[in-house]
Amino acid sequence: MKEAIKIRDLHKGFGRIKAVDGINFAVEQGEIFGFLGPNGAGKTTTARMITGVLEPDQGDIELAGYNLKDNFVEARLRIGVVPEAANAYQELTALENLKFMAKMYGLSGKDINNKAVELLTRLGLKERINDKVKGYSKGMTQRVILGMALINDPEILFLDEPTRGLDVQSTRIMHEIIQDLNHGGNTIFITTHNIQEANQLCNSIAIINKGKIAAIDSPENLKDTFKELQTVEICLEDMDYPDPENFQYISQAIKEGNKMKYYTDDPDRAVKELIGLIGNKKIVGLNILEPDLEDVFVELTGGELNNGS
Amino acid sequence: MEVKGLRLLVNQLKAITWKNIKIYYSESPVLIFGVLFPFCLFLAFALGRELGFYELLPGLLGITFFFAGSAVGPFITPWETRTGTLERLLALPAPRWILVAGDILAGFFFAIFLAVLIILFAYIVLGIKFVNLFLLVLTAIIAGLLFAGLGSAFAALPTDKPSNVMMLANSIRLPVIFISGIFVPLAELPFWGRVISYISPVTYVVELLRAALGGVYYLSPLLSAVVLGIFMVIILGGAVILHSHTLTRRI
Repeated sequence: MKEAIKIRDLHKGFGRIKAVDGINFAVEQGEIFGFLGPNGAGKTTTARMITGVLEPDQGDIELAGYNLKDNFVEARLRIGVVPEAANAYQELTALENLKFMAKMYGLSGKDINNKAVELLTRLGLKERINDKVKGYSKGMTQRVILGMALINDPEILFLDEPTRGLDVQSTRIMHEIIQDLNHGGNTIFITTHNIQEANQLCNSIAIINKGKIAAIDSPENLKDTFKELQTVEICLEDMDYPDPENFQYISQAIKEGNKMKYYTDDPDRAVKELIGLIGNKKIVGLNILEPDLEDVFVELTGGELNNGS
Repeated sequence: MEVKGLRLLVNQLKAITWKNIKIYYSESPVLIFGVLFPFCLFLAFALGRELGFYELLPGLLGITFFFAGSAVGPFITPWETRTGTLERLLALPAPRWILVAGDILAGFFFAIFLAVLIILFAYIVLGIKFVNLFLLVLTAIIAGLLFAGLGSAFAALPTDKPSNVMMLANSIRLPVIFISGIFVPLAELPFWGRVISYISPVTYVVELLRAALGGVYYLSPLLSAVVLGIFMVIILGGAVILHSHTLTRRI
């Protein structure tokens, strides 16, 4: 399959801090690609370089077959961008915001109005298109911002933390829109620190940590790679759990509420071992859990999780 | 529907200018420093002096071009940094200088609009006519662009607080007004006053306006036009260069 985004040996530093340190990856056409990392890992700096906001110190960026440095306009005409903490113009109406963006992308003629209205209708804002954005809720404003990024029918859509600060309902609507766009053939690049969001939406995920790519694969393959992160979750009535040092097949244990999570790469043997040590104690619950993306993320980054929004 | 090259740049320039006009002309700092301030300054100079509107008109137009032209630019970029709209502009298929040029044109049209109102008032109500319309139009274009460029250059200060830029702008604009021989013809200034006034571009604007009005002028209109042209190139070029260094530092 054709590659929509190609990144080669990308570097960016701010003074003595290396924000992005030689990253390489490619995103295939029609993919939803998640760029995941803890705060300060280099996600937004990378996204800003790919969208042309920041100039890399070194490296090549290719968008829709165009080198960003050599074909600056051609490459950018094919992308839509929702930057982190982006905003629409509060003093303009939703329709005016979209029409402004259309003109900036070189669209002209009567079609602009029809297209903007059609897009806002699709985003569920038909009744309010002539209202100033300053009267909108955060979720509605975020949809206007997304509409501004879609007005040029971009082949590639960049979304930097698209659901940060949104309520559950608005987040759900946003996810549906993203999935619809992807079914329509758009390549989508999402920068996020929300692991559930990445797991739910993305075909491929790159995990960035300290400016370097720590892993890149499908969510399923990433989880398979970390078999040792399988867990046996047990809940005992007296909550007196055996010490993990006494186990052969368990690497570590973490107490979560009234349950204990035992990490293992061989859950069958670990369960047998556990049952043997527990003896006659009453078991309230016992589950074998596959590693989730959160476990993989923590293992790779050692970072604190922040699943906010 | 897609257009390329020069048409794309022209469309982008028009779109940014329109956006700025629509959003920023009604902002309080723009109205205070672009309309109220020069009007009050004019009154302070004019009241109590035995000068007619004919003698005061070039000075009034001079400070209108100066304050109105440089009132819009200082507000735009810091405000867009603060509200989060700047980063999206930087990701568009537009060169950075187009963003700056759109800001400058918004200031230019603001100054021209106010100047036209004053000229129409002078003509319709007071019957004052400019004898050299070509010189008037040329002066208006150069002064409008020059001072709008100055306003935009102030905004290159990498801050998200418009008040910081306004403070910088006023710390430069106010002294300039007082050394510019606006309401006192250059010929009537002492020698040292004339020498200092040559530093200020406003001096040459007022001299050209006096010439266009058919009044008394001290410097040759050609010399004034050339000096203003040089000021314009330096200030406009400076605004673009300064912004190209600071725009990405804002995000």
